Amino acid sequence: MARSISFNDPLRERRSFGARVALLFTIAVLLIAVLVTRLVQLQVWEFETYQTRSDENRIQVQPLAPPRGLIYDRNGVLLADNTTIYSLALVRERVDDMEALLARLNQLVGLDAEELEGYERRLKRRRRPFEPVTMKEILSEAEIARLAVERHRLPGVEIVTELVRRYPANSASLFAHAVGSVRRVTEEDLQRLDPVSYSATRYLGRRGVERFYENSLHGQVGYQQVETDAHGRIRQVLEINPPVSGKDITLHLDHRLQIAASAALGGRRGAVVALDPRSGGVLAMVSNPGYDPNLFISGMTGETYSALLNSRDKPLFNRAINGQYAPGSTFKPIVGLAGIATGETNWSEHIEDRGWFKLPNQERIYRDWSWTARNSGGQGVVNLNRAIYRSSNVYFYDLASRIGIARLAPFAAQFGLGQNLAEDISLASSGLLPDPIWKQGVKGQVWYPGDTVNLGIGQGDLLVTPLQLATISATLANRGRVVRPRMLLESNRALVELDPLPAPEPVQGLSPEDWELMVDSMEDVVHRGNKGYGQNGTAWAYIGRGIDYRMAGKSGTAQVVEIRQGEEYDEEELGEFNRKHAWFIAFAPADNPVIALAVLVENGGGGSSVAGPVAREVLDAYLLPQLAAK
Amino acid sequence: MSSQDFVRTLPSAGSGSAGATLLRVHLDPLFLCVLIAIVCYGLVVLFSAVNRDMDVFGNQLIRMGIAFIALFAAAQLQPSFYLRWAPFVYIGGVVLLVLVLLIGVEVKGSQRWLDIPGLPRFQPSELMKIAVPMMVAWYFHDRPLPPRFKDVCAALLIIAIPAACIIRQPDLGTGILVAGAGVAVLVLAGLYWRWILYAGLSLAVAAPGLWYTLQDYQRQRILTLFDPQSDPLGAGWNIIQSTTAIGSGGVWGKGLFQGTQSHLEFLPESQTDFIIAVVGEELGLVGILGLLALYLIVIARGLMIAVQAQSTFGRLLAGALTLTFFVYVFVNIGMVSGLLPVVGVPLPLVSYGGTSAITLMAGFGIIMSVRTHRSR
Repeated sequence: MARSISFNDPLRERRSFGARVALLFTIAVLLIAVLVTRLVQLQVWEFETYQTRSDENRIQVQPLAPPRGLIYDRNGVLLADNTTIYSLALVRERVDDMEALLARLNQLVGLDAEELEGYERRLKRRRRPFEPVTMKEILSEAEIARLAVERHRLPGVEIVTELVRRYPANSASLFAHAVGSVRRVTEEDLQRLDPVSYSATRYLGRRGVERFYENSLHGQVGYQQVETDAHGRIRQVLEINPPVSGKDITLHLDHRLQIAASAALGGRRGAVVALDPRSGGVLAMVSNPGYDPNLFISGMTGETYSALLNSRDKPLFNRAINGQYAPGSTFKPIVGLAGIATGETNWSEHIEDRGWFKLPNQERIYRDWSWTARNSGGQGVVNLNRAIYRSSNVYFYDLASRIGIARLAPFAAQFGLGQNLAEDISLASSGLLPDPIWKQGVKGQVWYPGDTVNLGIGQGDLLVTPLQLATISATLANRGRVVRPRMLLESNRALVELDPLPAPEPVQGLSPEDWELMVDSMEDVVHRGNKGYGQNGTAWAYIGRGIDYRMAGKSGTAQVVEIRQGEEYDEEELGEFNRKHAWFIAFAPADNPVIALAVLVENGGGGSSVAGPVAREVLDAYLLPQLAAK
Repeated sequence: MSSQDFVRTLPSAGSGSAGATLLRVHLDPLFLCVLIAIVCYGLVVLFSAVNRDMDVFGNQLIRMGIAFIALFAAAQLQPSFYLRWAPFVYIGGVVLLVLVLLIGVEVKGSQRWLDIPGLPRFQPSELMKIAVPMMVAWYFHDRPLPPRFKDVCAALLIIAIPAACIIRQPDLGTGILVAGAGVAVLVLAGLYWRWILYAGLSLAVAAPGLWYTLQDYQRQRILTLFDPQSDPLGAGWNIIQSTTAIGSGGVWGKGLFQGTQSHLEFLPESQTDFIIAVVGEELGLVGILGLLALYLIVIARGLMIAVQAQSTFGRLLAGALTLTFFVYVFVNIGMVSGLLPVVGVPLPLVSYGGTSAITLMAGFGIIMSVRTHRSR
């Protein structure tokens, strides 16, 4: 009986059981030794790795965006401020039912397709787990209140606050072109910008002063070390290294003058640039129409944007620094001075102006602006002084052809034509000062003597911006001392961008008397009146009466379409956008100028009649309070 | 290690009146003291793991009280009582398991609970952790040992029926533990080593086939073990966070209540299956070694009682229950420290939860019963 064996031998069974238990216990001890080895590995040998990993888990370093530096006008009026905005962000990991949440949010604050697309796009970017992703920016007070009420029912929804640029409502579009604006930092920007310094910054200077002084306005990024839990909620701030706000800067701009210049232009397309000729400081820079730069921060619908972009009036286009036009007769003072400097003429020499000019051995007839088919016109006997105040084309056709392009172009270049003289307006266009080398290189044509004739009255290929023409006005006001236009007056701390450019060379070859006589001639443009038909300054009838100060000026009209031989310029027949541009340059007081400006009215017509009154209004606005104070 | 070591740690056990009193109520003094030490240690750690939540802590305190009552009650019954009732308990348990599959309550995708009106909700699979080794020990108590081949086959059948039911729930972890408890009896009964070797070899051969019988999530857990970084926010999250918690504790730990991994909620299941990571993080290597030492004393004491038991049934049962306890400890710490795949095994007497503690304590009560009820 097999079964009885065990009963018969309990001792043996017991001994074999004991041996087994001893063996199993040994195995258990060995297995526990394996566990202990693993624990020693984790807690002793690799302790530092895991300690680091644990700290990385809980400690997040968050960059803190610096508040952008403020921008003031010369009187301390705030032109660019910062404001707090609230935006809606989602923590994807905490949202259980995305569809239901989106439906609810849509009811509460309204989400459009663009916002949803933007969210999906941002969601795909690299991010930490539980990092909030922006869904809708700039919530209204009412929207914030509605979200706050529903908050506990909206897991994963967060309201994020942020400090952004704000242009004061009453001056936003007035200063848009002068101060510039900021725009959102894009992916491409991040490749170019310092990734550390811009790690929390969402806007950067897009144009104007905001762009040029970006580095100073931006400030220094700060950091905070926070302890977060696994759900990304901040439990405590461990350490904070606050950001350093950007530097505040004060501009030469004069808030009141800017308003006056804009008012003087009325609703017309055009530009006014006013400089302090002593420093080159830009007192006013208006480009009409303007736009509301806040739109680029708060965002706008695609419709609004394309309307801004495609408007015939080009509101986004800064005419003051990027609009390039023929200067027309405003160029004549330079040609006249070139004639004196080269010795081709003097202040007493005179010619007979019959209303037309012909180059020797050429058929082409160059006509004066006063030429009509019925009455050949002409200014009669003209010297340089009369040629300026009567704006004789024939005189300057003749003078320019005698000077020749080889001498005229270098002389004109001293006034900053064909280059951007500005100290801190980097995006300003440089215009065009044509010469034979340029024409051969770009147009592939030789320079004809006729080109020089056209240049004599500021037509042809010559192009200037209002800023350049204001600079020329300042140079005339300064009797030949050239100044760089500049926006920055001062700042509360040293600016990184402040590495001043060398002062330009003054205009060479002219005596102080020559300059005074030219200024006198320009004063005659405005003040010479009551002398009878054909004897008054071209602008006197429009602006010359009732002036309490001496003003020097010069009008100009720039052709937009070519008037063919033998045809008359008829404003009524041409469409609005084909009419001539009206120019006026001026400075005052003539003997000790404190302001020099250039006015452009696009398709405005006559320089004296249209742009002249604008110039007068701006000068009045600047000088009359000063005169009254004395 | 000899039995003398343990006697020395508790000088009063042999001669003191307190020890004698305990023995009179069928409690082993050393065993009881160590169990109380583990439970107290566990309560302290749990108190930290639940962020000093008095409600949760109070719950656990009550459950532990019930568990000790279960221990006391189980110790009062004679081993012969268990021998007599083993087949009925086993059959009853299997019936309940079948009921679970038919009308069980589903929680988190698996059907483990039985909700019979008038009774608290419970898991019959817990009962089987005791019933299966008891039944196998019953089967061998009057059969020749080492077991013959046909007896081994019969025992395997006894093990396989409930284990299969539990795995079907699905609850692979408990199924394997229940099967393991039964197999422990077989091994203790003197199963030939070469048979164990054959079984091991055939398992190794069958492993690729078994792979395909696993659920997707189970495969994922095994793969994750080898490369947790492949899915750090998903399947790998638990194991990355638990090893980080343990490793960052270092030798001395971050201090009680100071664990960042657990308190900042990086560590999942920090109150239940992963609580050893809290021990490791807050009390360091020293803290875990202390707990392991306590566990080792329990195991040594349990095995010693088995060796000294008078009957085959008592020997097998006490030995198997002790080994099962060891397996719990090893599997739990192994899985949390990243040595084993994640299976749902709580850390005995420490993890939050009542059912497992009550079963374990009842098991220890049976071991004490084997120790204290001696025929003269």
